[in-house]
Amino acid sequence: MDRKYKVVGQPCRKKDSMQLLLGKPVYTSDVVPGGALVVRLLRSPHANAMVKSVDVSLARKVPGVVDVYTWQDVPATRFAIAGQTYPEPSPYDRLILDRHVRFVGDPVAIIAAENDKAARRAMRLVKVEYEVLPAVTDPHAALDNPVLVHPEEDWEPPCPVGGDNKRNLVASGEEKDGDVEAVLADCDMVLDRTYHTRAFQQAMMETFRTYTTLDRYGRLHVISSTQIVFHCRRILSRALGIPKSRIRVEKPRIGGGFGAKQTAVCEVYPAFVTLKTGRPAQLIYTREESQIAGSPRHEMEIRVRLGADRDGHIRALDVYTLSNSGAYGEHGPTTVGLSGHKSIPLYTGGLEAFRFGYDVVYTNLQPAGAYRGYGATQGIFAVESTVNELAERLGMDPTVIRERNMVREGMVMPAYYNEPVNACALDRCMARCKELFDWDRRYPVREMGNGKVRTAGVAMAMQGSCISNVDVGSATLKLSEDGTYNLILGAADMGTGCDTILAQMVAECMDCTVDSVAVFGADTDISPYDSGSYASSTTYVTGKAVEKACDQLKEKICEIAAGMLSCEPGELTFEGACVRRAGTGQSVSLTDIAYKSQAGNCIAAETTATHSSPCSPPPYMVGMVEIELDRYTGQVTVLDYVAVVDCGTPINPALARVQTEGGLVQGIGMTLSENVTYNAAGRPIESSFLQYKIPTRLDMGHLRVEFESSYEPTGPFGAKSIGEIVINTPAPAIAHAIYRATGVWHRSLPITPEEIAMDTPLDSEA
Amino acid sequence: MEINIRVNGRAVREQIEPDLLLIDFLRAHGCLSVKRGCETSNCGLCTVFLDDKPILSCSMLAARADGHSVTTLEGLQEEASDFVGFIADQGADQCGFCNPGFVMNTIALLRENPDPTDDDIRAFLAGNLCRCSGYEGQLRGIRNYLNQREERRNGQEV
Repeated sequence: MDRKYKVVGQPCRKKDSMQLLLGKPVYTSDVVPGGALVVRLLRSPHANAMVKSVDVSLARKVPGVVDVYTWQDVPATRFAIAGQTYPEPSPYDRLILDRHVRFVGDPVAIIAAENDKAARRAMRLVKVEYEVLPAVTDPHAALDNPVLVHPEEDWEPPCPVGGDNKRNLVASGEEKDGDVEAVLADCDMVLDRTYHTRAFQQAMMETFRTYTTLDRYGRLHVISSTQIVFHCRRILSRALGIPKSRIRVEKPRIGGGFGAKQTAVCEVYPAFVTLKTGRPAQLIYTREESQIAGSPRHEMEIRVRLGADRDGHIRALDVYTLSNSGAYGEHGPTTVGLSGHKSIPLYTGGLEAFRFGYDVVYTNLQPAGAYRGYGATQGIFAVESTVNELAERLGMDPTVIRERNMVREGMVMPAYYNEPVNACALDRCMARCKELFDWDRRYPVREMGNGKVRTAGVAMAMQGSCISNVDVGSATLKLSEDGTYNLILGAADMGTGCDTILAQMVAECMDCTVDSVAVFGADTDISPYDSGSYASSTTYVTGKAVEKACDQLKEKICEIAAGMLSCEPGELTFEGACVRRAGTGQSVSLTDIAYKSQAGNCIAAETTATHSSPCSPPPYMVGMVEIELDRYTGQVTVLDYVAVVDCGTPINPALARVQTEGGLVQGIGMTLSENVTYNAAGRPIESSFLQYKIPTRLDMGHLRVEFESSYEPTGPFGAKSIGEIVINTPAPAIAHAIYRATGVWHRSLPITPEEIAMDTPLDSEA
Repeated sequence: MEINIRVNGRAVREQIEPDLLLIDFLRAHGCLSVKRGCETSNCGLCTVFLDDKPILSCSMLAARADGHSVTTLEGLQEEASDFVGFIADQGADQCGFCNPGFVMNTIALLRENPDPTDDDIRAFLAGNLCRCSGYEGQLRGIRNYLNQREERRNGQEV
């Protein structure tokens, strides 16, 4: 990249680093005053049941219990808790409490008490009589099953997404380009494979939590660990039946989100208690609640039909996804789209035709939501695994087959809304990754003795950089009297560091230091509107809004300075510390301009800019993994993971690197150790970290990350996104390496040692 | 029941419920760095020192700390600020929710083994989960801190 920046592209520390590392009280449950009512939810033990009666008389008598609420106490308007722009693609299918409970963990009663002990005692004393109904837990059997998850008449889709609650269908659709059947029929070979991924948990370290109180004007003040303050306000307004002017939603620091907190999982319950009692209330989910009643990844089954010629030319891709939304439809209609839109276009190279079809179904299982990758992760596991299988069958190097077919700069992607590829370094990512990883040496299967074997696997990935024509990012920038700035955001830094990288952009534009930019976010009363931090959009969309705000503020500063110098603003140049008049040597300092803005001045020394993008340029990457596999035990040890990423310009390379490393390890977890299984009643068995095994630092080998930059002309400083793409390569790359080691393709995640050991032929042993 | 605990050097005498967990006792006494991540002794977020030994405060009754000394990150600000800047330089603090437990256990490691190998570090900190960073940046940060300390020490010797 020949463009030179002063601050952008530098690895500066996160603005909140020392507060976080020294354990200062900055999270929801640290910043709220004591004395709030403790809110607990009594949850259904049945996957599908009608509440016939609830007797709360005994529970109410427990000393310290303030009240117990049931379905009879809550508003009757259905709503969606997915954090999405209105009109939401997710159906309005929830009530705060419903008489019809639809999964094991669906709330039946809300308990408000002075302390946790009283609340828990009361939970045990609520007497519920259920009419247990047959449940549908198999997504294959859900469509047109006589058991309906949402039989209600007031089920309402705000958008037409092809759903029908009388068929257990959340959404369905199909899109295509060319005649896929004709091309497949003409191909030398067609691989027809089916893959399965589970409802993996984000497992952010801070569980869901919300505090609510009435502010000094009697308005509902919500302090929540959320990625979506504005959507949250809208959701609460509809669910509680109060105007938005009566609600303020604020987020402090967030202890991880990964998409989980793009859904208002727990906000409605304490908000309801505060409105009912007039008292502050706090709900903190236990880890078990986060595991059984959170918003995990959509379980998907993906069938890929890939047509290719003997020389490795990939000519047709037909992808069908069956997505399991669970008991409610949050993010169901949208996650599924990415399983095709972010996998098929990787092979735009010589693709003559594609088809992508999908059905999203309701089942009586934990409702799914948004999780980093958002459907792309599932689709890329399927398509990349099929391509690896094609390479192995043709006896071709899987990196070479990709080089022959991959998407390249200058192409148009028919499977990605016909978007042009403005900036794409995928080819360079592949070349660099091969070199860095030493692919030619590590790809061959090497016997290590004692049943152990080493080999490697590869995968590519892409994602988007926003939801095009939908996401809105905004920034308010204010000049202070000492010549420093305040940057006010509605986006949510959930640990990713967006507050910092957006401040770096201000520093770059305004020619100042990052330290002289104070950042605040996010609060619906104070922040300019922003759809929130999701869809990989904050750097790309809000970043562009920051750039625009800087341009606007410079103009205003020059206008104020023009008054001071009795000249036209057009004669002035903004130079960071001062404004200079061309040809005269006259200048005024930023400090003097700032003071002037506070005395006899009619020009605001602040501005708000908003941005939305008509396109969503994909970042690209290549991941390569070396594993050691023990044929006797099935144990897979990840030795080395190399990733080369094209995220456009990395605004802060240190933070982009850690994003990548974190995503890789999450991807390794969902491939090898994180499992989601259900008991006969439909309750998730992995309900704690004892059973749901996220990787420790002993489980991920050595990670090496590099960037191959492209320059995206529509992004701020050439940037694209980084947050989500990084979780997409481990599953297909590791499954590939496991095949190399065992000769068996595992097409269902996670790939556990038991499954590998049971499926591995041992006769090849020396 | 009554307990006497020294919290970050300050004597605390208090009537408590017998089933009160140490983490809740500490948070109620202003030690808000102590975080609860799992409730099942798996994540390491609630790590504090009991008489200078790291323990999981979510899995210990406050009553068991009676007569002992408890240290949280609030009591180790100076010792911690020595090396946490190196984690910040990597951007490995991320969401920060696991940081206090991670920092406490790293201090415990370095007190016990001032010159650990990378494998020593991985093994000692294996019980400190982090979902954001992928761990590699934390390791780089600790390694850089140790290297810099070594250089400083060598510089003094010369």
